[in-house]
Amino acid sequence: MEIGLTHYLVISALLFTLGLFGIVSRKHSIMVLMGLELILNAANINFIAFAKFGGMNIDGHIAAIFVIILAAAEAAVALAILLNIYQHFRHVNMDEVDSLKE
Amino acid sequence: MAKDTLLLLSIIILFTPLSSFLINAFRSHRSGRISGVIGTSILFVDMILAMIVAFSKLVTYSDVNIIQTRFEWFSIGSTNIVIGFGIDNIAAIMLLVVTVISFLVHLFSFIYMEGDRRFPKFYAYLGLFTFSMLGIVMANNFLMMYVFWELVGISSYLLIGFWYEKKSASDAGKKAFITNRIGDLGFFAGIMILFMTYGSFMFDDIFAGIASGKLPFDNPTMLTLAGIGIFMGAMGKSAQWPLHVWLPDAMEGPTPVSALIHAATMVAAGVYLVAKVFVMFTADALTFIAVIGTITAFVSATIAITQTDFKKVLAYSTVSQLGFMIMSLGTGGYTNGFFHLVTHAWFKAALFLAAGSVIHAMHHAMHHLHDHHSDPQDINNMGGLRKKMPWTYFTFLFVTLALSGIPLTSGFLSKDGILAGTLAWANLTGGWHWIVPVLGFTAAGMTAFYMFRLTIVAFHGESKTEIASHTKENPIQIVLPLVVLSVLSVWFFYSPNPIDATKGWFHKMVVQPESAVPAAYQWDFLLSETHAVATDVHAGSPAHEAAAPAIAESHNTTPAAEHAAAHTSGHGYINKFQEEVHHFHYTAMLLSLLIAGSGILLAFLIYQYKIVSADNLERRFKRLHTFSLNKWYFDELYNATIIALIMAIAKGKALFDGYIIDGMVNLSAKVTRIAGQVIGVFDNVVIDGAVNLTANVTGYMGAGLRKLQTGRIQSYVVMAIVGLLILIYFFY
Repeated sequence: MEIGLTHYLVISALLFTLGLFGIVSRKHSIMVLMGLELILNAANINFIAFAKFGGMNIDGHIAAIFVIILAAAEAAVALAILLNIYQHFRHVNMDEVDSLKE
Repeated sequence: MAKDTLLLLSIIILFTPLSSFLINAFRSHRSGRISGVIGTSILFVDMILAMIVAFSKLVTYSDVNIIQTRFEWFSIGSTNIVIGFGIDNIAAIMLLVVTVISFLVHLFSFIYMEGDRRFPKFYAYLGLFTFSMLGIVMANNFLMMYVFWELVGISSYLLIGFWYEKKSASDAGKKAFITNRIGDLGFFAGIMILFMTYGSFMFDDIFAGIASGKLPFDNPTMLTLAGIGIFMGAMGKSAQWPLHVWLPDAMEGPTPVSALIHAATMVAAGVYLVAKVFVMFTADALTFIAVIGTITAFVSATIAITQTDFKKVLAYSTVSQLGFMIMSLGTGGYTNGFFHLVTHAWFKAALFLAAGSVIHAMHHAMHHLHDHHSDPQDINNMGGLRKKMPWTYFTFLFVTLALSGIPLTSGFLSKDGILAGTLAWANLTGGWHWIVPVLGFTAAGMTAFYMFRLTIVAFHGESKTEIASHTKENPIQIVLPLVVLSVLSVWFFYSPNPIDATKGWFHKMVVQPESAVPAAYQWDFLLSETHAVATDVHAGSPAHEAAAPAIAESHNTTPAAEHAAAHTSGHGYINKFQEEVHHFHYTAMLLSLLIAGSGILLAFLIYQYKIVSADNLERRFKRLHTFSLNKWYFDELYNATIIALIMAIAKGKALFDGYIIDGMVNLSAKVTRIAGQVIGVFDNVVIDGAVNLTANVTGYMGAGLRKLQTGRIQSYVVMAIVGLLILIYFFY
């Protein structure tokens, strides 16, 4: 069986769905961040798959690297926010942080 | 003097006293005597101008019937209201009378009103009065006459109630004003009948219209009614029975006012009006006038006999003399009626000013004695004033003689003419008309009696009270007018012959105008031969009466106008009446002398020599005495009838107002309130309900939707995903 674009996309979609599920269902903020990483990586797999099969070539690779950098920066910022949330609420449970509704 | 100049001067004369009013009306009471100086000097100038105009009219233009002007005042639609003013002989004489007496009263008031806190107001009102009176004199149309008529009414009201702090004075002012209104109602109705018929207020137009045979509503009765209506105005102003009740009360005003307004000029305005429109009265109207005049003369003479208030006696005497004038005009004695107006103006003004002099002296004496309770006007508090106040006494005595009709005075000339006129009239018309001369002579006798009673009780004998013995003669400003007015009551000024005035200048100047009324409705003896013939053509026999107006209308107006001119000029026309008066001249003279003499004799017997006891007489004729003392109970009668009726109507209206009108108002209020409550409920339930519902729905929706906003990012994300999925579902 030859591995084609569809397999990549299915993996990517599965990964995206898992990430999304992680974001929506996890209580702990770190777990949510992890779900976010999964989604970013799902996007990366898409980029790479399109670089290989779709004709994006080097552009897909660059975009993937850009996304990794972005993920790093985002993780840094998100962890900083989490630290602040922790200092404020003394926990990092997502469902208990609901000050946004005020 | 040219006619234009004369008219111009007349206008100046008319408005000069108004300037006195305008100046003094706005002066404060602190300015004091200077107001008097201003008022008096303005009137002095006015008097001089009036003399110039009057002499010019009477000497240069004595043949000209009237010097007049007419101009359009305003127009309503196609109706032009034309007014004007003019000077005829009687107006010229009235100018003299009004301005001279007004000037003397101004002078007199200088002392009399001294120290009054409204001194400038007094002079202002006098100026207003003089202006209005001159307006009446100069009017040659009913409109102006009516306007100035009301103006003298208001100035009279202001002056009667001058001391309005006194209840009696303010009441008297109101009484005078309201009583005059009743007469003026008739006056107005009369004017309107004439205006509707002839379309003009001008005397000339109306008289020419009547002379042309055109009658109001084609009905001679309406002409009579118009005449009586206009005469009602005169009844009010000249205090004729039954509207005479206001004049005695008007004595509450300051005495100079009584002299000027309520003796000499304003009350004579009614007589002047009747003389001015004399040519339009029908025989029936003239009879009505004569009867009213006679009743007035007689009734008020009987009242004057028992009054004890100095001024009340004079007031009733004035009413009585006005009755004489009206009686004279009613019987056709035009010249003598107006003659009596003039002579009466002088001597009655003198009598009132003498009364003022006495009252002033009494006041001073009371002040001196610190007496504040006695009545300074009660003749029983006087007595013996003859020696204390010789000037006042002698002038008073002389004018009393004039009023009583004793030869060598002006009053004799005029009263004699009037009485001869009544005899002539009664002889020519016959029947019950004889009652007019009988009552006239009786009233003349009573006049002599009550005037000498007044003179004897007040001036002769010993002082009855301490006050009277402390009186003293007044200064020159008070005495001078008395002397001037008394001198003017000497016969010489009117006729060189002391027993017959018909050859004097007065009778030459004041010639009876020929009646404009068609011959069928006028006494034939008041018409000249030519008039009777001329009107025969139009409306001679009763059979043609109905057709007469139609014929008259079909005629060209020019002959009618000429005809009217022939009437109103009236010069050199002698009617049968005048011949008859001449015929009765000596009879009347002897009779009146006899009656006046016995009146005087009786007064002396009772009050001077006390041969007949006044008290005994009073006891014997207790009923009559009380009746007279209470003024025939006219006030009580009016209180019980007219005033009671009006009060009843007013009460009825008050009830109507209270129950029906107020009921309606309250009902509508109640309806409104109930409607308000219903609307309130509707407002609360429906409108507020709708509003609240909207609010609540919004609120619940908000509350519901708020639940969606959990503040948890994860639920937002879910929603975003769901939303995205829905969008994808719809668009792919």
